[in-house]
Amino acid sequence: MAKLLIRNGRVIDPASGRDETADVLIDQGRIAAVGRNLPAGQAEVLDAAGLVVAPGFIDMHAHLREPGFEHAETIETGCRAAAAGGFTSVCAMPNTSPVNDNPTVTRYIIERASRHACVNVFPIGAITAGSQGETLAEIGSMKNAGAVAVSDDGKPVMNARVMRRALETARAFDLPVIQHCEDLNLSAGGDMHEGYTSVRLGLRGIPACAEDVIVARDLLLAEHAGARYHVAHISTRRSVEMVAQAKAKGLPVTCEATPHHISLADEDMVPYDSNYKMKPPLRSREDVAAVIEGIASGVVDAIATDHAPHAGSEKMQEFERCPFGIIGFETALGLALEVLYHSGKISLPRLVALFTSGPARILKLDRGTLAPGAPADVTIFDPELVWTYDLNNTFSKSRNSPYHGRRFRGGPVATIVDGEIVWKRE
Amino acid sequence: MPAGLLGIEELSRGEIEAILARARDFQPLGNHTFKRLDLLKGKMIVNLFYEASTRTRTSFEIAAKRLGADAISITAAGSSVSKGESLVDTLNTLAAMRPDAIVMRHSASGAPHFLARHLPTPIINAGDGTHEHPTQALLDARTILDHRPSLEGLRVAIIGDIVHSRVARSNIHLLSKFGVDIVLCGPAPLLPPEMARIAPGVTLTHNIGEAIRGADVIMMLRVQLERQHEAAFPAGEYFQFYGLRLEHLELAKPGAIVMHPGPINRGREIASEVADSQVSVILNQVENGVAVRMAVLERVLG
Repeated sequence: MAKLLIRNGRVIDPASGRDETADVLIDQGRIAAVGRNLPAGQAEVLDAAGLVVAPGFIDMHAHLREPGFEHAETIETGCRAAAAGGFTSVCAMPNTSPVNDNPTVTRYIIERASRHACVNVFPIGAITAGSQGETLAEIGSMKNAGAVAVSDDGKPVMNARVMRRALETARAFDLPVIQHCEDLNLSAGGDMHEGYTSVRLGLRGIPACAEDVIVARDLLLAEHAGARYHVAHISTRRSVEMVAQAKAKGLPVTCEATPHHISLADEDMVPYDSNYKMKPPLRSREDVAAVIEGIASGVVDAIATDHAPHAGSEKMQEFERCPFGIIGFETALGLALEVLYHSGKISLPRLVALFTSGPARILKLDRGTLAPGAPADVTIFDPELVWTYDLNNTFSKSRNSPYHGRRFRGGPVATIVDGEIVWKRE
Repeated sequence: MPAGLLGIEELSRGEIEAILARARDFQPLGNHTFKRLDLLKGKMIVNLFYEASTRTRTSFEIAAKRLGADAISITAAGSSVSKGESLVDTLNTLAAMRPDAIVMRHSASGAPHFLARHLPTPIINAGDGTHEHPTQALLDARTILDHRPSLEGLRVAIIGDIVHSRVARSNIHLLSKFGVDIVLCGPAPLLPPEMARIAPGVTLTHNIGEAIRGADVIMMLRVQLERQHEAAFPAGEYFQFYGLRLEHLELAKPGAIVMHPGPINRGREIASEVADSQVSVILNQVENGVAVRMAVLERVLG
């Protein structure tokens, strides 16, 4: 594997507290050195002057749809899109077909990724068999096979007793439990956030309290079990408040926010356009502001895309019949820079941490840092680059995004995985 | 977007006034028996009904025929829809036959709006889910104007399952544009507070007496049991608290009228004595349905 020298970039590595203009030398797929005026020697040189050189971004929440839904996305296409979004690692949620609820499926995903993925793929195992919420999945065996967390994402674990046992089991295997917080009785039949816009459009609502009651219950259960608990795609003011309180108590509780939940509110939806339909739904302006505030104050640990591809025909239906979810890899950094950094809410090192050391710490990955010896996963981005998102050029197999045609200020420039450049902006 | 009619919300007051004035020309007044007109001769209208409907579908058919247009009606049951064809595919197929307009009723809110973004054919919304039913609001306004000189300054009570009612939404948008004082009344789970914000001039109450006091017009809504996914209100006591009975009429303004979009549930939301009384204008509404839909078809196709 050839040497690579990334020269003169602004190196931001939150894990080691570094933020300075420096060179990064990569050798044998690992970070060899970080410092000023490193000798190039035989190395290929990449000029990063004016650019940010960061640890490779980690997306801890994505749906790659393989096995089972390859018409919408495959590990190969999803990972290409991830690379084009600056991600070097992607966590694959288990709601495939079959569900990743046993080590055979876990190993299958890892095996497929080793052959077809241009970025690292870390499977997340199901909490319950078939993600049906009834009996526990083979959590320990999946961990041994390579799963980095458990989640029934797409659905909540509704039964409190099952959730309690899952938390106890995951604790014993040192895995975080990632919950999709949605009380199915409160959200039943809902297609968008319950509020003024849903009432006006005659669409059934998903109330904010459908998320809040599960977060409240789970925090009690997680404290009881002493387990690591993570709230996926947090979207409401009250949930952010409760996670903040749990953290203040010292509980090992974390949460992630998606780029869409901080950049769009329910009232921004183009009426009945399914590219605005996802779970949790786009919330009120007040909720959006509270999640952004939660990021600024440190309550939110990670930005995750919840990349959820659906084939065009599935999204070209009556709004209430369309599946939930939008793709998100390629727009994540642009949205985060716009909403969080250019608006002055957070610094660049803090933004980088949300994409790197934040998720790495939750999942206990040996990545998300530029420390010498670490795997050479590097994301190079330009916080000022002006570009326009064109869905016709997406690497994803699906095109369900509300951001087509949006102009961004800032975006990825190159993505390096284990020392190899896997994507570079044209 | 092609020039169809998707809802009242986006119409201007002037456009509504023009439709209502034109509908008056089409009313069968006095002993004037209506003759077939040739205004839309050679035009082809497809009525596509994804939901059961008797009066709206018949009314659109008669309206089209009286204007000299050719109208064909397709219902979901017995068509390719029941073979699993998607909405987009069905509409693309129909559009390829080049109709001049598609009149559409669908159980999903926004279905006609979604199609209007993808099809060149004008679409007339004949009721979409729990969203809008624009021609119903127009015929209701026409009916009120047959009994009152103008809409300005009237007090209109709309009573029943508001949140699931497309009739309520369209009426609220229409009446609000004319400065009507609108009181919405229903059980709390069927009358969310956000309803007060959807148009100016709207207030809410859970007390039927309060709603009717001083009202010029009482609009009763059908209790949409088929649209409720849960028991949002104890059905057994609905009539006791929200059913319109003769004694309520004493609270209204003298000469107040009672309306209902039909089909009525006697003894559930309205007592038989009220439905059959002099104050009920329910059959006028049906009559005006044809006239208003003629005006709408003429506006879209003429």
